Formats: sequence, structure tokens, C-alpha cells
Amino acid sequence: MPKKFQFTVNGKPVSIALDNEETPLLAVLRTELGLVGTRFGCGLEQCGCCTVLIDGKPEKCCAKPVWSVAGKSIVTVEGLGTPERPHPLQQAFIEEQAGQCGYCLTGILISAKALLDKNPKPTRGEIAAALDDNICRCGSHNRILRAVEKAATQMRGATP
Amino acid sequence: MNAPLSGPLNDNPVLERWVSFPKSGKISIGTGRVEIGQGVLTAMMQIAADELDVAMERIVVRSGDTALTPNEGYTAGSQSMQFGGVALRQACADVRALFLAQAVKVLGCRLSELSIRDGSMLRNGAPTGQDYWTLAGAVDLTAKATGSGQRKPVAEMKTIGANTARLDLPRKIFGEAIFIHDMQIDGMVHARVVRQPNRGAKLGAVDEKTILRAAKGPVELVRTGNFLAIVGENETAVDLAGDAAANHVQWQHVEVPTPLQQEANWLLQRPAIDRVIGAPEPADAQGRTRFEATYSRGHLAHASISPSCGLALYKDGQLEVWTHCQGVFPLRAALVKTLGLDASKIIVHHVQGSGCYGHNGADDAAADAAIVAMQKPGVPIRVCWRREEEFVYEPKSPAMVVKVRALLDADGKPSDWTQEIWSATHNYRPGAGGNVLGAWALPNPPAEPQPGDVPEANGGGATRNAEPLYNIVAKRIIHHLVPEPPVRTSALRGLGAMPNVFALECFIDELAERAGKDPVEYRLSITSDNRARAVIEKVAAMANWKAGASGGTGRGRGIAFARYKNRAAYSACVVELEVEEEISLRHVWCATDAGLVINPDGVINQLEGGIIQSASWVLKEQVRFENGVASFDWETYPVLKFSEVPEIDIELINTKDETPLGVGEVTAGPTAAAIGNAVSHALGTRIRDLPLTRDRVTATLLKE
Repeated sequence: MPKKFQFTVNGKPVSIALDNEETPLLAVLRTELGLVGTRFGCGLEQCGCCTVLIDGKPEKCCAKPVWSVAGKSIVTVEGLGTPERPHPLQQAFIEEQAGQCGYCLTGILISAKALLDKNPKPTRGEIAAALDDNICRCGSHNRILRAVEKAATQMRGATP
Repeated sequence: MNAPLSGPLNDNPVLERWVSFPKSGKISIGTGRVEIGQGVLTAMMQIAADELDVAMERIVVRSGDTALTPNEGYTAGSQSMQFGGVALRQACADVRALFLAQAVKVLGCRLSELSIRDGSMLRNGAPTGQDYWTLAGAVDLTAKATGSGQRKPVAEMKTIGANTARLDLPRKIFGEAIFIHDMQIDGMVHARVVRQPNRGAKLGAVDEKTILRAAKGPVELVRTGNFLAIVGENETAVDLAGDAAANHVQWQHVEVPTPLQQEANWLLQRPAIDRVIGAPEPADAQGRTRFEATYSRGHLAHASISPSCGLALYKDGQLEVWTHCQGVFPLRAALVKTLGLDASKIIVHHVQGSGCYGHNGADDAAADAAIVAMQKPGVPIRVCWRREEEFVYEPKSPAMVVKVRALLDADGKPSDWTQEIWSATHNYRPGAGGNVLGAWALPNPPAEPQPGDVPEANGGGATRNAEPLYNIVAKRIIHHLVPEPPVRTSALRGLGAMPNVFALECFIDELAERAGKDPVEYRLSITSDNRARAVIEKVAAMANWKAGASGGTGRGRGIAFARYKNRAAYSACVVELEVEEEISLRHVWCATDAGLVINPDGVINQLEGGIIQSASWVLKEQVRFENGVASFDWETYPVLKFSEVPEIDIELINTKDETPLGVGEVTAGPTAAAIGNAVSHALGTRIRDLPLTRDRVTATLLKE
């Protein structure tokens, strides 16, 4: 018998029926909901490609059973912004050309958003520390750090 | 006189493979090169925009597709611009010339009266009502390239040389479906291979019941020979069964790498195929001082951030494959050999994956999908490797030992140089005859290729950059190719260039020290290549290099230089760092001459990436063996983190009249050696074995 789980994703209520309640949230997002912006990198909660916000906190969801997020509020990169209305972080990443293969970027954007939500004026060191849970293998680190700094500045300007 | 055709254009002379006009207002360009995060497709569009006089927005790119694009072999070796870009440029110039000739006919004017603006034909600057699309019907693009089209002079280029935003990045930043991992095909099922531990291992008892039960959902087992896969509609179920299978499948004839084989020194005891390249080594020093040092590096993993993924569908006798590998045509050839299908029955499409940095598991995952697809006709198969599978089974960059010895003249400069190398192959790519992993498990595995490495004519494998570019009268390389490595070894970014440049540029610093000379001054005193001198002088100025900075203080700086493959881009790096027990990188300065630069910001991005990845190799990375590959995740194979990355400053010496040269690999060697030299400067003692881990630094300091 499939079990039902309810939570919200990017502000929208979601109700999902699954045979296996241990199914990782990542698989539900990607396969059931078609939200492929959250990427699969390791399945071990190590690389950060699958970082989403769960009740405002950045968490890796590749090994997080779906039952554990019942009733919670989830934000994925699709909830951050769109090409028409980009989030300041996304705008800054494009301006700084912050990325190479780009596979890690959506997880990094979510980690950066979580940082800026609680610390609108981070130092470069604080940004780096906040992103240490995300692996970038191509070596786009410095551009990414610059982009987060830039977004932080812009966001402070927009909402002083 | 016509320009000689660039290699890829010679191999694929039919113009429509490169340029076509599928619908009004649009131009389709074809390239055999594929996007692996280096921005190559954007650079190709810049080239086409300039040579065809059209806006970038009009261009769409076909890339890496056996049915649609030129066959350019691999996207590798930093050759996409030098060869593929030059070929596309000439193809576009030829196409432009054909259209201008047609316009002359239609308009009854002289060629000298015509120009093209965003695809429209202008006569003496005025619109004519004709454009590429009105003329396209009468221009035969099945014609072959002649090289007669006049390429734009550099001074007239608008897009080439301008910073151009990458076209693929927004989709990656907004989380769109752009990667192969995101592909969905109707009726698609997931497959996971129960991996054969090694070539020759035989599949024994399979506890089918337990495996199927573990899935907690419907899955089936598919088997051919020693190739066993779990297949089902639900990826999580397939995964659970796969996890269980590891403990419920027996293998015979298992051979796994051992801790002894982990260290590069193991190679010295092995049977090898020996070659000497260059002048014979003199029997005695003839009054000169002999100096020798030995450097080494362990096996490295590509450690791509996404595990390899492939899709395949076998239907009505046709096999269609989707892959993120670097060469769709060589993969097709490997599938012909592995599956016994005719090449005309196989189409291979490239779809983007994460950065691969060389021959990772991409070809293998695609072949896995194809093997399963052949067993399940009509059903689209998706294989996505697990993280552990990627680390354990991807081909590794081979461990290397590099011994350098030189005979020094009275002034302390080398007049005779020997670089002696022990290494397994750097090329087990399908295009070099290597087999895809799954092939080893099939009932009739294809033959193994003869032991070999990348020929020197193609830049060499283990011998890449083993010859110093400096003024040295006699030089030679002694190459010991170890044919039976403990793990499958193949190409990683720069191949042998990193260990060779690490060895020879550290050795140069050791010679400078013996001669009592500053490392920058010493290098310049034995360099007459002006482009080499320029990058060394430039980086020294950028870093405010001062001769005689005192060493042994825990803070150090080092310089190193290389011309990639001794015939591509020039790069010099200065590294500043601090050492307590751990090495902390502070700043890297880099000056690079890559000839004509197509997209300066793209080039800088690649150089930064090369510096950071090389720093990660040098400080952290070595594949561990312990009853098998023991580096199987990001904790057992750590890489450089955000908080460990140095500041980087890069300047390009844009030599516009020179051929564009690739930059993905040029910084790997100079970064590694500059770190080695800076550590030596900081500690007052040299560490010659990589990686420069905390344990190794501590052990070295204790020895002092």
C-alpha cells in the first residue's frame, strides 16, 4: 500500500504517494515532481549538489527519507528565481560568470541563500566557510565567492 | 593561394557538416567538440559570428553527434581552439565566399562592392534584399572546403577577442534540465550494474531472491556472461537492490590492488617497455658536475562531481546512445567492437555532464546502458553510476616516478639533461583501442590493445613535457612504460605534464640554488624563447618578485614555467603560501600566452580552474589502495575546499597574430611546481613526493 506524504515545495503544497517511505527527498523532487535543478552528486550527503532549504535551513536531501520532511517547507533552486525574475544571487552568478560545468551551482546557490538570509553582510571568509559543504571540482571557487559578495551588496542596497 | 586545411576540416571537408542554414534567420554550426564546462560552444559561436558576419543570436550549435557533426575525435588535449576552432573558422570563411559569389551572380555586381551585415548582403553599403537565406537554395553546401575563403584579419574581428558570456551558464544557474542526468525518455527504465571487480573475474552464485526482496519494489536481473544488471522502473528500488547485490553475489578470480601498489615506487620494480628519446646519454660527466633528484606522484582520480550516466535504446536493429563522454565517434567504434553491431546501426549523441577532466567513467556508463539495451529491445535504459562506483571504477591517472639528472657546466647551468620516467599508460581511451569497462564482463570480451601510450607526435602521454624548453645542448627522455598497472589507467588533464613539469621545474630551482642564483634570473639565463621569457617576466612583475627573499621562515614563494606539450600555450605561475603543519595557499599569480584569445574571460576561467585543480592534486590527492580501491567517496578522497582556495590573479599576453591555443591544461604543471618550490622556500627543505599532505610535511620536518 502506498503511503501519502504532504509538504510544501517552493510555497506550493505537495501530496505524494509512495510505496517506499525511505525514498530520498531528492528522488521525489527530481522524478516525481520534475524539479531537476537539485542535482544528484553522491547520495552520501557529502558533496552538496542536492542542497535545498528545509524550513529555512540548508540541507542535503540525497539520503533524506521523504517521511522525515512531512509537513515541512522546502525551497529548491526553482523557487529562487527565473530567467525573467532572477534572484540577486543568480544575477550575480551570471554577471561574474561564476561556474564552469555548472553541476554544483544550484546546491551552492541554495547554501549561499541560506547564508545571506541569516548574515546579510558576510566576510569573504564567512562565505567560504558557508560553502565548504559544497564541492566544486572545476575550480570556479573565486568567481563564486565574488558573486556571493556582489549579491550580498546588491541585496543590502535593495532592502537597507 | 589557398590556406592549408586544418586537420579536422581535411578529415570532414563537406561544408554542411560545419555550417548550414536550416531556417530563415538562423545559422546552424556543427562542431565535433563538446561542452565539458570549458565554454567551447560559446567560443565556437564567436568564431562563426565573426567569420560569417552575423549576430551570435542567430547561431545554434550542433555538437558531438555521430549523425550530425564533423568527426573530430576527442574533445581533449587543449586542442579544441587550436584545431577545431581553426577548422570552423576556415569552413565559415569558405561558406561566406560561396555566398558572396552567388550574390555577385544574382545582383550582377562586382565582389568588391559587396559586404555582409548580420547575414544581409549589402552593395556599396546599401541593402540589396538578398541575404544568406534568400541565397541558400542556390549555394551547394555539400561542396568540399577548399580553404579559398578569405579569413577575417584580426583587426576586423568584433566578437573574437571580446569577453562573451557563456551561453550554457544561465540554464545551469536556474536549475534547468540541461545535463544527461536530467533526461527522461518515455518508457525509460533504470539499470545498475553489479560490477565485475576486475577483468577476468567470473560471476558465481547470485542470491537472486535476496536481491529482489531488497528492492522493495519490482525489479529484474539482466545477465549476459559475467555482466549482471538490475533493471526496474523505480530508481530507488534499483538502487536498493544494487546495494544488496554487493553482498549477495559471489565472484571468482578476484584480484584487487594492494597497499604496496599504491605508492609510485612500486613501478620501479616492474617489468617495463623501455625507450630512449633523444641524444644518447654520455658515458661520463666529462668534467662536469652531475646532479640528480627523484620525484613522484601517486594515482589520481578525475573525481567528477556528477557520477557517470548514459542512456541507450535498441529498437528495430538500431542503437541510439546518449553520453557525456569526450568523443562520440570513438565511443561508437568501441560499441561496434563490443556489441558486434555495424557502425551504420549506431547513433551516439553528446549531452552535457559535469566536468570530466579527461577519461572518466562516461564512456563506460554509456556502454553499460547499451549492453543492457541490447538485452531489452525497445526499452530505453538509463544507467547512472553510484558515487562509489565512479571512484572505484573510473580510469585513474597513473602514478609516476620521474628521475631527473643533469650535467652542470662551471657556471652552474645544465648542458646535458636526462628525464627518466616510470609510468603506466595515460591512454586507455576507446579511441586508443581501450575497452569499455562492461566489455570485460561479456561472454566474448574484445581483445586488449597492445601496451602503448600517447605518441610523442600527439604530445606524448607519460613523456608529455618531459623535455625542458630551456637552452640545454643535449636532452633525452628515458621512458619505462609499465604495461600492467594495478588499476585501469588513462587520461587526466595534462597527462604526464603535471608530474614532469613538477619534477623538472623543481629541479631547475634546485639547480638555481646550487648556482646561488635567483630562480627567476636563473630561468631567464637559460631561456631564449621570447614568448617564454615574456610570461616569466610578466608573472614576476605581477607578484612583485624580489630576488633574495629569505626562506625557511614558514612563508614561501615559488615560480615555475612550462609551454604545454612544448608547442602549445605558455604559462608561468608564482605561488605564495604558508606552512605550519598544513600548507595554506595564499596567492597565485599567473601569466599566460595562448596566442589569439577568442574569449578572454573564458580563458581566465579555464586557467583559474586548472590552477585550483592542480593545487588540489598537489596538496591533497592520492588514490588509496587497501584490499581494493579505498578512495571511494569525498571523505576518503578529499579535494580542495572553498576556504582553502588562494587568491588568483591572471594576465593574458594576447599575441593576436598567433594561432589560438588551448588553456585547460597549461597551468597544471606550473602550479604544481610553483607550489613545490614555494614549500621548499618556506621550509628550507624540499619535498619531492606528492601529495604534500600534512603527514608528509610533518614527517619531513621531523627528519630535519
